[in-house]
Amino acid sequence: MTPESVPRIRPGARVSYDQVRESAVVLFPEGVLVLNETAAAVVDLCDGRATIGDITRRLADDFSGVEPRDVVELVERLVARGVVVLDG
Amino acid sequence: MAEAPFGLLAELTHRCPLRCGYCSNPLELVRRRDELDTGQWFSVFDQARALGVLQVHLSGGEPLGRKDLPELVGHAAGLGCYVNLVTSGLGLTEERLADLVSRGVDHVQLSVQDADRAGADRIAGVRAHDHKLVAADLVTAIGVPLTVNVVLHRRNLDNVAGLIALAERMGAQRLELANTQYYGWALRNRAALLPTAEQLAAANPVVAAAQDRLRGTMEIVYVIADYHEAHPKPCMHGWGARQLTVAPDGKVLPCPAATVIADLEVDNVRDKALADIWHDSRSFNAYRGTDWMRDPCRGCARREVDFGGCRCQAFQLTEDAANTDPVCSLSPDRGTVDLILAAETRPVVEPALVMRQADR
Ligand SMILES: C[S@@+](CC[C@H](N)C(=O)[O-])C[C@H]1O[C@@H](n2cnc3c(N)ncnc32)[C@H](O)[C@@H]1O
Ligand code: SF4
Ligand code: SF4
Repeated sequence: MTPESVPRIRPGARVSYDQVRESAVVLFPEGVLVLNETAAAVVDLCDGRATIGDITRRLADDFSGVEPRDVVELVERLVARGVVVLDG
Repeated sequence: MAEAPFGLLAELTHRCPLRCGYCSNPLELVRRRDELDTGQWFSVFDQARALGVLQVHLSGGEPLGRKDLPELVGHAAGLGCYVNLVTSGLGLTEERLADLVSRGVDHVQLSVQDADRAGADRIAGVRAHDHKLVAADLVTAIGVPLTVNVVLHRRNLDNVAGLIALAERMGAQRLELANTQYYGWALRNRAALLPTAEQLAAANPVVAAAQDRLRGTMEIVYVIADYHEAHPKPCMHGWGARQLTVAPDGKVLPCPAATVIADLEVDNVRDKALADIWHDSRSFNAYRGTDWMRDPCRGCARREVDFGGCRCQAFQLTEDAANTDPVCSLSPDRGTVDLILAAETRPVVEPALVMRQADR
């Protein structure tokens, strides 16, 4: 993964809001991922257009204390869970 | 209080046009007249969503055998659930699939019996294989992600390379290669299904190489042949932890196979609210967490990894569901499994498959 990589939600996965858990969630064939606020913001930006660099800048604007390293780690975790795929 | 469940396995019916000798459905299949009706399933889905369920697996038997399947899909999807259709593919037409997808099917899991038609149809007991090829084409054409599921056993394990190639040709996003779990008809047929150690040793590197080669294209999930292992397969994510099953007649089960545990008091959605059953029933609390465990599980480092293995298997092989899964090398009953392997993987006369009894 480089700052130019473009993450997107993988086909078949869907972002939703769970009223019961009062959290954003990702639904995919194997399971469910409950997202905290930062993760939800990152997933929201995994739209197949924004690069890792873009996402890091946008998040730094919206959330104080979010480091580029945190964003990279989060996307890596989402990739490992098979929820996000990377182009480039 | 227990955490909320994420998944509901809705076994809509036990009726099925196939007669797979490895089927995990119980020997005593629920009859059509005992099935929950449309309104009762709607209520199950409503209650499940309110309880926290976000994923609904519509399975069976063959879910396409329910005429109200489109309404059931629409109801579950309308609640915001991810809807997974688990099917043999028989009865799936272009028209039906388009309708189901427009009502909210998110994902299709299609079972395949073997790499070639003759072998597959022998295991299924009917001509099914060609329908599956068509069904896979329909699913990929409409653009819904496809998982192919293959149950592995002595009669198809040698064809694992061919099965992987078939799933690739079918356009699967995922392939589950699941060694047979011995419940229901599969237990009945165990002596005809147990693979040999040599077969597994030959298949393992083929699967591992394909996992490497196809990374990023087709994910391959391999479920171990537990009788041959030193550690059991985990009991889901723990008993009563993440998922519940509702059987065709409304029985609410912590695990799809749990009807085999003869002394488990099973509740029914016809009599009790789903939330009460999930949180307070004897059946769901019986093996929740780790407090119920005995030695050797009680003091074992793996107790949060495999939860002591399968309760249903412990009951079937030791007559007490609270025992350590006898597959475990630390279990005092491991000898039972070794005897079964010795006797059943190399029978003197190859036993015939007892085909799942068709519904009548
Ligand atoms: C019982 S079937 C019902 C749905 C549908 N009739 C089908 O076969 O896909 C549900 C899933 O369990 C798998 N299955 C059936 N018997 C099994 C067994 N003994 N061990 C492991 N998986 C099994 C099937 O391949 C299928 O993916
Ligand atoms: S495993 Fe075979 S017999 Fe059992 S429900 Fe599925 S298709 Fe029918
Ligand atoms: S003793 Fe129990 S917890 Fe430990 S590995 Fe065996 S089954 Fe798992």
